Amino acid sequence: MRSFLPPQASTFAGQWDLLYDSLLLVSFLGGAILIVAMLYFIVKYRRRTDTDKTAYISHNYYLEFLWTFIPLLVFLGVFAWGAYVYYLQRKVPENAIEIGVTGWQWRWDFQYKSGKKTTNELVVPINTPVKLVMTSGDVIHSLFIPSFRTKQDAVPGMYTMLWFEANQLGTFQIFCTEFCGLQHSNMLAKLKVLPQNEFNEWLSLSDSGQGKAGDSPAQRGSALYQSKACSACHSLDGKTVIGPSFKEIFGKTELLSDGSSALVDENYIRESILNPNAKVVKGFTPGQMPPFQGQLTDDEITDLIEFIKTVK
Amino acid sequence: MAHVANATHNEDYLHHGKGLWSWMTTLDHKRIGLMYFLSILVFFFIGGIYALLIRTELIAPGSTIMGPDQYNKVMTYHGSIMVFMVIIPGIPAFLGNFLLPIMLGAKDVAFPRLNLASYYVFMLGAFISVTSLFTTGVDTGWTFYTPYSLQTKSGVILMVAGAFTMGMSSILTGLNFIVTVHRLRAPGMTMTRMPLMVWALYSTAILQVLATPVLGITLLLLIFERLFGVGIFDSTLGGDPVLFQHFFWFYSHPAVYIMILPAMGVISELIATFSRKTIFGYTAIAYSSLAIAVLSFFVWGHHLFVSGQSEWAGILFSFITMLVGVPTAIKMFNWVATMYRGSVKLDAPMLFAVGFMFLFLIGGLTGIMLATIALDVHLHDTYFVVAHFHYVMVGGTLMAFMGGIYYWFPKMFGKMVNEFPAKLSWFFIFLGFNVTFFPQFILGSLGMPRRYFDYLPEFTALNRISTVGSYLIATGFLIALGTIIHGLIAGRKATANPWGGKTLEWTIASPPIHDNFNKIPVITAGPYEYR
Ligand code: HEM
Ligand SMILES: [Cu+2]
Repeated sequence: MRSFLPPQASTFAGQWDLLYDSLLLVSFLGGAILIVAMLYFIVKYRRRTDTDKTAYISHNYYLEFLWTFIPLLVFLGVFAWGAYVYYLQRKVPENAIEIGVTGWQWRWDFQYKSGKKTTNELVVPINTPVKLVMTSGDVIHSLFIPSFRTKQDAVPGMYTMLWFEANQLGTFQIFCTEFCGLQHSNMLAKLKVLPQNEFNEWLSLSDSGQGKAGDSPAQRGSALYQSKACSACHSLDGKTVIGPSFKEIFGKTELLSDGSSALVDENYIRESILNPNAKVVKGFTPGQMPPFQGQLTDDEITDLIEFIKTVK
Repeated sequence: MAHVANATHNEDYLHHGKGLWSWMTTLDHKRIGLMYFLSILVFFFIGGIYALLIRTELIAPGSTIMGPDQYNKVMTYHGSIMVFMVIIPGIPAFLGNFLLPIMLGAKDVAFPRLNLASYYVFMLGAFISVTSLFTTGVDTGWTFYTPYSLQTKSGVILMVAGAFTMGMSSILTGLNFIVTVHRLRAPGMTMTRMPLMVWALYSTAILQVLATPVLGITLLLLIFERLFGVGIFDSTLGGDPVLFQHFFWFYSHPAVYIMILPAMGVISELIATFSRKTIFGYTAIAYSSLAIAVLSFFVWGHHLFVSGQSEWAGILFSFITMLVGVPTAIKMFNWVATMYRGSVKLDAPMLFAVGFMFLFLIGGLTGIMLATIALDVHLHDTYFVVAHFHYVMVGGTLMAFMGGIYYWFPKMFGKMVNEFPAKLSWFFIFLGFNVTFFPQFILGSLGMPRRYFDYLPEFTALNRISTVGSYLIATGFLIALGTIIHGLIAGRKATANPWGGKTLEWTIASPPIHDNFNKIPVITAGPYEYR
């Protein structure tokens, strides 16, 4: 472990560090060539008399070609390597467990599928891919876990995601890295990595001080599905009523009436609730569904999405 | 009789017309340049005080000399003043105004009245921004990201209106320079005989004219959104807060090249003169300025890698950003190659050029690290980024600016500054700079986020070193100020060409006459003919 990077605690942290170290090394070597040459010339060719004559050298195509193409190749190599590690950072494994995250001035709320809610404490099992589905309740925040070498902005009115697989037990720091006002530097949270069995135990415990764990988001979403009368048009069993059925809809790619297609993810559902006519599935008539803009809170929309994910 | 008239006309520009009013209404590009100089010095002083306040607050964790609200304002004013009122106008509006017509062999810029108007528009903008201090203050950071900037204190409107106004001035200056370069070159001054400083100013002017309107519109939209809630950036009204970031960086990335290209022009001049050698790869340097200007319009998304922008867009932006590194590297190699078999003298201006090479190199290489998309995911919005952009903006632009001031001072005022204190100022600035900002690369890698009023105890030691460094820099700038004031009052008289430069400004008197040239020169060779 080195003193200028935080400890490695996620599966891609090692890859990240290798890239960082290699770039430092290449930068150091490349930079040293330039600086040493410069210092050497400064000393070797220092001015001796005020009438010194100098060589008249205007260019050298061979040299210029070399110092255009070598940096170009190096930079492109760096780019490709960076894109590869980025792919590791962004490609969420299929079996990842999901946790909801909402940033608020100035705290982090975490929401588990079981209904458990925590604030400023994210608890995850070791060696298990975890996907955070993030949004914000007010301004933009950014969730940064240095030991995992990852971060992602949490933006109001939109879902973003981040994933990791912890491979070290322990407690790690979470920072907010998007300036969000007065207590920005105090918007800290802890990330606890537990062995699977301890995690399960922790999850089943009701939150101390909060009494019994509440309904899960999906349960609350199910209630909204009834009370807001989504059920009037969207079936759960695959039958088409007025709108598309919710059965197995999440993760499906819908063909739209304008000929394009769209993946049904969190942002798609959010948009379909708030502004149903933005994307209309092929075979359905626009204008049938009322826009729910202003009628559902962001939390309620999240609950509905969680519910829709469970309709199998 | 004709003699007498001629005599007044041949008076140097500093004495051509007397009194404050003759300065305030002057159409002389040299005087307007000096007016910018004075204004920018004042802003730099204020911005510098804010910098020291920031570093002093961060000397220890917890609250040291102020509270979080004050800190956020101090950090915002430091950034906004330094960016909009010092680094952006610094070289083009001051050195550029003074030098551009002379280097082209012209008597003035194409539109002298517009030039004076630009100055007043700039000052008006600066004034509007600063008045926000006397209302609620602004605490958004110089980037004004929505939706925070829509919800926080109302001073934002004034600050943003000021930045908008200064942008207008920047556009006008850019226009003026473009037309000047195209229309007012002396006979024989082909584009490929223009000094590299002119190429740099020209590329900058193109950026100013094309990019600044986008900032203007963005800032206006922000004001509208605040006043009337039109719903462009506010997600509760159906807007998209990230759109603001796209708009903002569509200007502000080209703007970072508005900040550095003129500095690169200065460096080309300094290295040629103090190596007494023709510049190596003139064409490559000139065209790489243009290449940078063009490419810089397509890389803004590298500030948004973790904003929720699409991953494919991020990868594309990473790719194009790498391409910008190439013309930048070409310039560095050409400068070093110019010293080869030269006659190198480390006078104060050249020390600043050498300092530039060292610091800008580090800034550029860490830029490549940040452009590497995976690395940026961790490094974004940490102190690593703070260190990166100070290495380029201060280590690069400000070093070049200081070197340029020492270099052209004899031409501007007809007097020399003392070498020793000038070198001493370099020493403190260079050393202090590294002590301040190098530890910040480590802090950022360790994960310390930027714009933090308070930090975890484990970051204390590095922050303390950084704060000590900032006092060294301040010492350096105070010495520089003393050196310049002493030079103005008691400097030895300067000859027309004290450094042995070859560009046109060294062929005329120090200080120049009001009309620059008695007779418009006819150009028969390139700008760096050391044979
Ligand atoms: C080789 C050239 C350069 C490259 C590849 C480069 C790359 C980058 C990248 C990728 C970022 C985004 C980092 C992040 O936000 O996470 C960045 C930030 C920045 N760069 Fe550069 N850069 C270069 C040169 C410059 C120059 C010449 C300047 C100014 C004179 C500059 C000023 C800045 C500033 C001000 C920021 C931070 C903006 C903010 O968030 O406040 N850069 N650079
Ligand atoms: Cu940029």
